[in-house]
Amino acid sequence: MSDSINIEYTKIAEIKGPLMIVDGITQASFDELVEIETPDGEKRLGRVLEVGHGKAIVQVFEGTTGLAIVGTKAKFIGKTMQMPVSPEVLGRVFDGLGRPNDGLPEPIADKFLDVNGEPMNPEQREYPTSFIQTGVSVIDGMLTLVRGQKLPIFSGSGMPHNILAAQIARQASVVGTKEDFAVVFAAIGVQYSEAQYFKRSLEESGALRRSVLFLNLADDPAIERIITPRVALTVAEYLAFDLGMHVLAILTDMTNYSEALREISAAREEVPGRKGYPGYLYTDLANIYERAGRLKGKNGSVTQVPILSMPADDITHPIPDLTGYITEGQMVLGRDLFRKGIYPSVNVLMSLSRLMKDGIGEGKTRSDHSEVANQLYDAYSRSQEVRALAEIVGRAGLTGIDLKYLDTGDMFENNFLKQNLDENRSLEETLSRAWEILSALPESELTKIKDKHIKQYYRHQNQQQSTNVGVAAAVSSSNAT
Amino acid sequence: MVAKGRIIWVSGPAVKADGMSTVKMYETVEVGDSKLVGEVIRLTGDTAFIQVYESTSGLRPGESVTGTGQPLSVLLGPGIIGKIYDGIQRPLGEIAQKSGSYIGRGVHTDPVDMKKKYHFQPLVRKSDSVGSGSVIGSVEETPLLNHSIMVPPDFKNGTIVDVISEGDYDIEQVVATLETSDGKIPLKMYHKWPVRKPRPYTERYDPTVPLITGQRVIDTYFPIAKGGTGAIPGGFGTGKTVTLHQIAKWADSKVVVYIGCGERGNEMTEVLVEFPHLIDPRSNRPLMERTVLVANTSNMPVAAREASIYTGVTLAEYYRDMGLDVVLVADSTSRWAEALREMSGRLEEMPAEEGYPSYLASRLAEFYERAGRVKALGSPNRTGSVTLVGAVSPSGADFTEPVTTHTIRFIKTFWALDTRLAYSRHYPSINWMNSYSGYLEDVSKWWKESVSSEWYDLRAYSYNLLQREDTLKEIVRLLGPESLPDEEKLILEVARMIKIGILQQNSFDKVDTYSSPEKQLKLVKLIVNYHKEAQKALKEGITLADIRTMPIIPSILKAKFEITDEDIAKLDQLDKQMHEQFEKIVNQGVKLIV
Repeated sequence: MSDSINIEYTKIAEIKGPLMIVDGITQASFDELVEIETPDGEKRLGRVLEVGHGKAIVQVFEGTTGLAIVGTKAKFIGKTMQMPVSPEVLGRVFDGLGRPNDGLPEPIADKFLDVNGEPMNPEQREYPTSFIQTGVSVIDGMLTLVRGQKLPIFSGSGMPHNILAAQIARQASVVGTKEDFAVVFAAIGVQYSEAQYFKRSLEESGALRRSVLFLNLADDPAIERIITPRVALTVAEYLAFDLGMHVLAILTDMTNYSEALREISAAREEVPGRKGYPGYLYTDLANIYERAGRLKGKNGSVTQVPILSMPADDITHPIPDLTGYITEGQMVLGRDLFRKGIYPSVNVLMSLSRLMKDGIGEGKTRSDHSEVANQLYDAYSRSQEVRALAEIVGRAGLTGIDLKYLDTGDMFENNFLKQNLDENRSLEETLSRAWEILSALPESELTKIKDKHIKQYYRHQNQQQSTNVGVAAAVSSSNAT
Repeated sequence: MVAKGRIIWVSGPAVKADGMSTVKMYETVEVGDSKLVGEVIRLTGDTAFIQVYESTSGLRPGESVTGTGQPLSVLLGPGIIGKIYDGIQRPLGEIAQKSGSYIGRGVHTDPVDMKKKYHFQPLVRKSDSVGSGSVIGSVEETPLLNHSIMVPPDFKNGTIVDVISEGDYDIEQVVATLETSDGKIPLKMYHKWPVRKPRPYTERYDPTVPLITGQRVIDTYFPIAKGGTGAIPGGFGTGKTVTLHQIAKWADSKVVVYIGCGERGNEMTEVLVEFPHLIDPRSNRPLMERTVLVANTSNMPVAAREASIYTGVTLAEYYRDMGLDVVLVADSTSRWAEALREMSGRLEEMPAEEGYPSYLASRLAEFYERAGRVKALGSPNRTGSVTLVGAVSPSGADFTEPVTTHTIRFIKTFWALDTRLAYSRHYPSINWMNSYSGYLEDVSKWWKESVSSEWYDLRAYSYNLLQREDTLKEIVRLLGPESLPDEEKLILEVARMIKIGILQQNSFDKVDTYSSPEKQLKLVKLIVNYHKEAQKALKEGITLADIRTMPIIPSILKAKFEITDEDIAKLDQLDKQMHEQFEKIVNQGVKLIV
């Protein structure tokens, strides 16, 4: 590619939406970076999406406003887009294309890395199994995060996804080590205030000096958003696999990213898939989310917490849908819980951590962890069914055991799920709260827990109850009402 | 003549080249200076449309394209088992040695170790006449697998004029010479076969033997036969991958081909980490000794994703031809369909539903038709099978989308995963009302002869309870459970026991992960007997409250993980205890009434 350096073209055939079509091309390659100079002398960056038959279709990151058919220059610079990296990037703030945004000079580069990354060889991956304690009960107890996992937050407009992500970033620790997480934060088309909240939160906890921020705010060019997560993850991979750090990468909001992708696809007049999103949205998102993990022979890890807002809270919308197919689980925030004032308003039934099974249990957390989590899910699920039933038939139409479950659901939401923004619970406390809730159910209901763990942890309310479980349950709950 | 042309256009995985008038459709070509692997998918004049199996970043018009004269093929011979390949049979372990942690481009490696020596045992003699596909010798590929060396199926019948004596040879060694009407042909331990061409066989049989997977809801309720086809559609988080992993782990087949098609990298790693440590319950050997992986993860080039399905099924057919039972699981066929859609879009073909090409249905049909239980070509007589199980990832968990609706037309077992069941942590979340098996009658003879004559009736009895519960649930939803008479409340109770005690199965529990057919049957019998006894007790005037708080119930529900296959007699004891407890409460109850 090197022989095409510095060839400048001035023949612009067409400008539409975010695209510019350059004519008379003799030397250009697919995916190559393009430097564009507007008639006013302003410099912009672009990327080749298609090349052939003497034409190149160039995607202009900063938008095409101000470009003209006459007077615009395009220079194909002979390489794909790269991000300069060095340990000095820590503590810095960059814009959505990876240029300094904090008034300080460009960090001196140790090396330049292609922002597209390369697919990790699955044979070279190290399977993620190290428990990350976040201090948030619902995550540690039921949606355990492990090092190298990609676990998104599915949210809706106005819900506290950023507050939760910031809490995870502040509190995350790998049990048994003194290592702190480095945080890479990519703001993709979010409001100034949200980015500011995150930055302040890192500042206050002293984590800013081991963080790198990439900010593409709501009023920044939309097409730049295609690059923002890529430069952020390039830095994350560098910190993890070159410097051996454990990195937590937070990408917010992936919905804005997908919309930028749709805009380009529409401008190229491609056949759309669902809701106008391109048919390759899955592959494109996968190229971002799959840049998480651990590698054999390397110390560091990249753990991803992407955030996306579900349009109209619809989890079947293509963006959350395709994301869920790629990521290793999802944390779904629930509008009902949010309205009830419960923070974090995680709807556990819709949420899942796929790698949890490998990060918990004897030697990692506690031997009863998985059974407790399963039973809690079961109990809460049952309580929700009963709650729906009670709305129709009233409490009087419920059986004694149903009433027990109804109370369990309330206990779960108030004593387990709900916690303060700065409350950092130990795993012991989380599991202890879980057993407190399960112990409100008759022992015979705990069908997912091995007898030995029931013996060890189940707290008998009183002796009577254990002798005649069904009746006692009915009596005690009817007394409660 | 080998075609030599020039790139004229590049867009993502699609490349156009001119000067290609001698290239054939589906011929593999080397694209660009870094010799990326590509395949010709359309010809117009002397312009070839090529799908490239590697990232085309940096590729430029003017670079050369060279034909290879060969269609996309795989190498078939000893050394495949235990490997992890990408979509075009490049071994990822060897690629890592050349390009490190990430997958480099233009890396060329042999699919198997050409230098490794195998102990060859000839099974033919000089002047034996052999047909195409016949076995001429065998080598031990892994301690679990005797690998038959066969005459390639596209060779003519002939006479062996020379055969090597027993000994250790690498696979390049000529082990026999075959004389046919075309002259003398040397036979090595391997041959190549084009992936898009199904391997021939003599005759196809009906699938009548169940594939035992150790998963209760599959084996007992919706069985699949060896040589059959099944699909498992479900939204994200419903457990497609876990179910496929379970089948790959515990299915009673000789060889497992696992295709990770456009899915997560860590899932392939999980198989690679876990399988060498998991022990096959039948042979006591590590499962990796019968498994081969084809991995084209979601972030690997999309065209190779399309090829991975064909690569996998060709490997499966090869082992089938040795007379072995092979299971192929493909996770996920939807990603494969999306790869078709992406290439179709770049070709600017007229789209059918949701942008998928109009030939989606015929491609799916071709794939699933490569399943089957067959008599292999040549001698000796061998019966082998390929069972195909494909995951489907419908967008928005909507089963009316094109990939799901077309797949249903070509498969016989349908395991419908249910998001609601997954939300309530009922795993595997196979919906028992929407799923079906077309092999039920076919495999009942096997169950009757190999396990118990009661199987069919017990299954029907318990399934009937589930169906009745489904209707009753509607009433409960409107009027509450107290509106039902005791007999119907009992059905709700017993259906709950079937769900917890049988249908739900914890893949991550050491004991629960696999249930032998005998254990499955006993568990069903236990709960069916409970229902029968409880009905009797109700007639005797015992209250439902007394029946459902019987101390035996938690033990019945936990039997699936508290009682191992070795201690299976304990299930009979449990059955006995249950009868005794019923006797006790009936006697007490009757006394009270008197």
